[in-house]
Amino acid sequence: MANLTINGKSINVDVEDDTPLLWAIRENVGLTGTKYGCGIAQCGACTIHIDGVAMRSCGISVSEAVGKQITTIEGLAASDGALHKVQQAWIKNDVPQCGYCQTGMIMAVAALLKDKPKPTDKDIDETITNICRCGTFQQVREAIHAAANA
Amino acid sequence: MNKHITPALSRRAFVIGTAAAGAGLAVGLDIPFGGPTVVRAADGSPEVNVWVVIRPDDTVVIRIARSEMGQGTLTGLAQLVAEELECDWSKVTTEYPTPGQSVARKRAWGDFSTGGSRGIRTSQDYVRKGGATARMMLVQAAANEWKVPVSECTAANSTITHTPSGKKTTYGKVVEAAAKLSPPADADVKLKDPKDWKIAGKSVLRLDTADKTTGKMMYGIDVKLPGMLNAALKDCPVFGGKLKSYDEAKVMGMKGVKKVVRVNDSTVAVVADTWWHAKTALDALPIVWDEGENAKVSSESIAKWLAEGLDNAQPAFIGNQNGDAKAAIAGAAKKIEAVYNYPYQNHAAMEPLNATALYTPDKCEVWTGTQNGEAAFAAVMETSGLPADKCEVHKLILGGGFGRRGMTDYVRQAVSIAKQMPGTPVKLLWSREDDMQHGTYHPVTQCKLTGAFDKDNNLTALHVRISGQSILFTVRPAALVNGMDTAAFQGLAPTGDWAIGYSFPNLLVEHSMRNPHVPPGFWRGVNVNQNAIYLECFIDELAHSVGEDPVAFRRKLMAKHPKHLAVLNAVAEKVGWDKPPPKGVYRGICQHMGYGSYVAGAAEISVTDGNKIKVHRIVASTDPGHVVNPAQIERQIAGSFVYGLSALFYGNCTVKDGRIEQSNFDTYNSMRIAEMPKVESVIVPSGGFWGGVGEPTICVAAPAVLNAYFAATGKRIRSVPLKDQDISFA
Repeated sequence: MANLTINGKSINVDVEDDTPLLWAIRENVGLTGTKYGCGIAQCGACTIHIDGVAMRSCGISVSEAVGKQITTIEGLAASDGALHKVQQAWIKNDVPQCGYCQTGMIMAVAALLKDKPKPTDKDIDETITNICRCGTFQQVREAIHAAANA
Repeated sequence: MNKHITPALSRRAFVIGTAAAGAGLAVGLDIPFGGPTVVRAADGSPEVNVWVVIRPDDTVVIRIARSEMGQGTLTGLAQLVAEELECDWSKVTTEYPTPGQSVARKRAWGDFSTGGSRGIRTSQDYVRKGGATARMMLVQAAANEWKVPVSECTAANSTITHTPSGKKTTYGKVVEAAAKLSPPADADVKLKDPKDWKIAGKSVLRLDTADKTTGKMMYGIDVKLPGMLNAALKDCPVFGGKLKSYDEAKVMGMKGVKKVVRVNDSTVAVVADTWWHAKTALDALPIVWDEGENAKVSSESIAKWLAEGLDNAQPAFIGNQNGDAKAAIAGAAKKIEAVYNYPYQNHAAMEPLNATALYTPDKCEVWTGTQNGEAAFAAVMETSGLPADKCEVHKLILGGGFGRRGMTDYVRQAVSIAKQMPGTPVKLLWSREDDMQHGTYHPVTQCKLTGAFDKDNNLTALHVRISGQSILFTVRPAALVNGMDTAAFQGLAPTGDWAIGYSFPNLLVEHSMRNPHVPPGFWRGVNVNQNAIYLECFIDELAHSVGEDPVAFRRKLMAKHPKHLAVLNAVAEKVGWDKPPPKGVYRGICQHMGYGSYVAGAAEISVTDGNKIKVHRIVASTDPGHVVNPAQIERQIAGSFVYGLSALFYGNCTVKDGRIEQSNFDTYNSMRIAEMPKVESVIVPSGGFWGGVGEPTICVAAPAVLNAYFAATGKRIRSVPLKDQDISFA
C-alpha cells in the first residue's frame, strides 16, 4: 500500500513498492491518459510531472513517488476546466494524428514552457525527445511556439 | 528455409476476410439508401440512411466504416458526406458502425478495410451518394409538409428553405418524416462537381482532436469492463516454433495471478488482476519451446539465399517488360550494374497490440483497435466457434496502425484466452518486446539493376531483378496470380495505380520469389518503399555515369508520363533545382507512383565528417487527383518523412537463431524532433481520379536523401539502414 498525491488528490494504492508508477496510475488509479509505449523510458508516451518536472513514469517506482506531487494529463487543465495553453495550442494547430503519444508530448512541452517560456528551436530539440511514429513533429514545433506566444 | 506460415482460414472467414482486405468485394455490396422502415440509432434518433443519423437538436451523426489511426480519414469521409448533405459542419459528429451490425444488414456499410491508402479513395463515391440521398429525402420531407413542389426548396447549412414563401425548417424537424420516405432513384442522385465544394476540399480541423489532448480518448489499451482481468503472453521466439510445456505451479501463487492458459500451439498467457501482475508472473514462468527447423536461420543465411535469386539463371516472375532488355544489355557499349538491399522492419505503432474479449457460450464480443473491422469479426467467429449473429467487434481509435493492425493475430489470441475463462472479460496487451519480436515485417529483398548505354550515351535498356520475400504469398495467397505476387512490382508496373514513370527502349522487371520464415506484412507504403530506392537511386547512378543532370536525365525518359513528370517538375521548381543550393548543402531528387497517386521529393542535406547527415529541407509534391483536406494531406506528407527517414536511418530487424534480435526502441530507434527537417508540401491535384494519401509519399524520403548523400560525398549507399553503414543524423 502506498499513498500517492495525484492531481492534488491523496490516493491509497494497493501495489507492491517496486511497481512502475505508470502501471499504478493506469491500472490501480484508473487514469489512462498516461500511455504505455516502451516500458524502458525511451519513448516518452508515459510522461508525467513529478514536483513539476517532466518524468517518464514507466521508469519510476511507486515508492519513489510517495510524498511527491504527481500531475498526469488529466490534471494539466486548470481546476475550472480551462485547458492548459499547450492543450489549446495543440487543438488550434491540429497537432495530433493517432494521438497516442500526444498526452506524453504535451506533458513534456508543458514542463519545457515552465522552465523556458520562450524556447528556441534548439531548446525544443534538446528537451523534447518523445517518439511519435505518425510524425507530428512539424506541427509539434509550430504549436510549441504558438503556445509560448499565446 | 522456404517454410512459411499459412494462416488457417475457414471458408466463411475467407470470404469475409478477403473481401474486407480489399481484394475486391467477394460478396455483393448491397448498400441500402433508406426506405419505408425507420431504423433507429442507439439513442432513438432516426437514420435517414446508413450513413446519416439526425437528432432532433439538429446534431448530424455521420457513420464512418473505415478506421481512424491518425491519417485523418474519419474527418475526410465526414467532410464528403457533409458536403453532399448540405449540413451545418459545426453540428457534425461521427460514429463507427460495428462489423456485426454491417454483416446483419447485408454489409450495409461496405468495406471496413483501412489499408492501402484506400479509406477515402475507394469509398468516396458511395459515401457522397449517401450524403446526397439523405439531403434529397430531407428536402422532400419538408416539401411534403409544406405541400409545395420539391423543386421550389433548397437546402444549405442544415436548413431547408421554400424559396417562394421564405418558409424555413431544419433537418432535425423533418428527419422523422424523411426517414419514412423511399430513397430517390439512383439516376436522380447527382453528386457535386468538386469545384463547388464548400466543406470538402477545405482544411477544416479534425473532428477527433480535443480528447487526444486531455487523455480522454479511449484506445484499445484503455478499455475497462466490469470484472475485467488482464493477460500478458509469450509466443515462441522463433517463428514457426511451438510451445512444448510450461510450469504454471511456479507462478500460480504470485500476487494477482488467476490462470495460466495455452493460447495456441506457440503461445502461453498469464491472466491476472492487473497487467503488471500478469507480466511479472509471465517473466517468472518456466517455459520450454520446441524451436523447430528455423532455429538456425540468420540475417546472413537469408541474405545469401536472396543473393542467389539475383542470378538470371534462377526462375523469376516477370512484372513488366518491353523489347529485349537482356539482348540490349549484352550488346551495349557501356553497362552499369548495382545491387541494393532492404531489410526487415517493424511497424512499431506507439500503442502496443491489444484486444479485450468477453466470451460466453452465447456471445463473443471484442473491443480493439483494428484496421479491418470485418477481418477482426471473421477472426472472432472462427476462434470463438460462434455464428455471426453471436459475435461482435467494437472498434476503438488506433494508437497507430501502419498496416500491422490489419492483421488479426492479436484478436484471435484474445478470444482464445477469453474462451478459456467464460463470462470474464480479459484484456490482452502485448509488451513492446512482443510487438517488436512478433511483428509482420516489412519484407526483405535485394535488387540487381543493370542499365545499358549505346556509344552515344543513350540509355538503351534497364533490367531490374528483385529477389526476396512476397507479402501476398503468406498473407493473402489467394491474391497470387499464377504464383506471382503482383504487389512486388509496386511502382514498377506497366500501368495503373503503381505505374513506372519512365519509358525505356528495352525494359525487364522481374521477381525471384524467396520466402524466409519471418512473417511479412503490409508496412505503410509496402513495396514502393524499397522499389523507389532501387529505381530512383539507380536512375541517379545512370545519370551521373553519363555526366547528366539527374532531373534532365529523368525528363528525357518521362515524355509519355506527364503526371509523373508534373510532380517532379513541381518539386524541382520549389526546391530551386535550376539554381545552386547554399554552400555546403547538397540536393537529391526522385519521383515515384503508388496507391494511384504521383509523388516526388527533394532533399537538401549537409554532411560532416563524411558520415553525419543534417537534413535541412524537404520538398515533396503529390498529385492525388482530388484533395479532401489539404491540411491533413500536408500532415501525411510531413509524417511520411518521419516514418520514411526513421526507416532509412534506423530501421533494421535482424534475425539471429531464427528470431528477431531487436526488442524495443533502444535497439530499434525512431527519429526525434531534433532530426526532423522542415517539410514543404506542394499539392497539385489534377482531378479526374482518386489517389491515396497516407502511404505514397514515404517512398520518396529515402531516395531523395540517398541521392543527396551521393551529391555531397560521391559515395553511393545501396544498403538500408544507414546506421549499419556508420552513417547517422548530425
